[in-house]
Amino acid sequence: MNSTNPVTAFLDFLALVGRVLLAFFNRVGRLSTFTAMAVFHCLTPPFYPRTLLRQMVEIGYYSLPVVGLTTLFSGMVLALQSHTGFARFAAEGAVATVVVISMTRELGPVLAGLMVAGRVGASMAAEIGTMRVTEQIDALSTLSTNPFKYLIAPRLLAGALMLPLLVLVGDIIGVFGGYLIGTYKLGFNPGNYIQRTWEFLETMDVVSGLVKASTFGFIIALMGCYNGYTSRGGAQGVGQATRNAVVSASILILVFNYLITELFFAR
Amino acid sequence: MISTTPAYQPPPSVPKLSLTNVHKAFGQKVVLDGVSIDIRPGESVVVIGGSGTGKSVLLKSILGLITPDSGSILIDGQETVGLRGRKRDTVLRKFGMLFQGAALFDSLPVWENVAFGLIQGEGMARGPARDKAVEKLAQVGLGPEVADLFPSELSGGMQKRVGLARAIADEPEIIFFDEPTTGLDPIMADVINDLIVKCVKELGATALSITHDMASARKIADRIAMLHKGRLIWTGPASQVFDSGNPYVDQFVHGRASGPITMAVRA
Repeated sequence: MNSTNPVTAFLDFLALVGRVLLAFFNRVGRLSTFTAMAVFHCLTPPFYPRTLLRQMVEIGYYSLPVVGLTTLFSGMVLALQSHTGFARFAAEGAVATVVVISMTRELGPVLAGLMVAGRVGASMAAEIGTMRVTEQIDALSTLSTNPFKYLIAPRLLAGALMLPLLVLVGDIIGVFGGYLIGTYKLGFNPGNYIQRTWEFLETMDVVSGLVKASTFGFIIALMGCYNGYTSRGGAQGVGQATRNAVVSASILILVFNYLITELFFAR
Repeated sequence: MISTTPAYQPPPSVPKLSLTNVHKAFGQKVVLDGVSIDIRPGESVVVIGGSGTGKSVLLKSILGLITPDSGSILIDGQETVGLRGRKRDTVLRKFGMLFQGAALFDSLPVWENVAFGLIQGEGMARGPARDKAVEKLAQVGLGPEVADLFPSELSGGMQKRVGLARAIADEPEIIFFDEPTTGLDPIMADVINDLIVKCVKELGATALSITHDMASARKIADRIAMLHKGRLIWTGPASQVFDSGNPYVDQFVHGRASGPITMAVRA
């Protein structure tokens, strides 16, 4: 940068800001149009129940081990941490309540969402991206099949439907993890621990978690499909799409996690 | 109200496919710069031209996968530029296409690939669709044992055959071949050429192919057109292509490095 004229330098700077902003709005616009199209095609026939079922099994059933392990250890560590922390002000009795409320409201949906974003979002982006660069998506169109209806709608629906079920299972496993540590390691009475778990749990704790889960499922599938569908330029393009799908889904999950919490619990 | 209008039958003088002054540019790069050609029903036209001269864009524009910037594309005398949704699907039902890399759906077995248009496009039940697929596979010289394999288990030549079977499965009126022999050994290339000629003749279809393989062009074409810098610079009967008197065509068909055509670096 040896531009001597300060006016030119300033204009260059403005042009840079403008380019970045335009590129940003361009992306947001494309994504919004894509989302609107995808939702429209989710709601209008023809539907493809076979592909929907396949995606539901892929997202729901095959993610069970990952989500189960994640929530099990999270529940265990939560019991351990809150016990040592609460011991400082003699509130160890709150461990069971803390475990169940943290699991259902926060950790269940967020951890399951992040794990599934890595597992499912990545594979969706890679699969659809490969279909794009090998012209399989063009081939769908020439066979009178709308790629939005055949490829994208089933994935979005499966994501939004299956994540809540996964999270429900994850919540239970997480609470069970806390119970294991609480009773075998921290010396709680089992009946007492279970009673404490139920006592302060409200319906809204679980419901808000499931609403989050459904939103996250939609986001994961949307990011996977969008990045795959718009990928360009061979293997490298598909790799980029996969990375973008996971990163953008993870960030959006955390953002929407805050927004939904605000919506449900802010007074 | 009962419609008494008979199905639209174009008079025989109307070309099956008529392009007038079709333009397409991607950013600064002009790919099609006023392409005009008429293709009669039952005729087989081959467009030759170097890599990156816009051959694929030409096919995709006719299919509506790419929207031209200006110009007119008539199919059976009906304007198709800008058609979308159902109307586009109706037009696409007249087409079959063999993609360059075959573009088989790798998540589906061979028979479902071949029957895809029948099942998804025309709503045929899976049982009869499978029988029809096996029949089409036989037409391209593949036995019924291939039906249950997956595309990744097949060699390149076999994939091309399956792609051809898929292209002719719902008996299209117009078939496109995108570099049908690229990547095949000379013997397999000749087999595919023979199959193309046979299938097109059996269906009585109109064919438009793009290729840079002169052996293939000579074998399958009634008429050859050469695309250079986005324009059709020469059109004539296949028999005349080797003594066209056009220096561009001469250089291309004889494969000379020196001549009026210079290689573009950027795609």
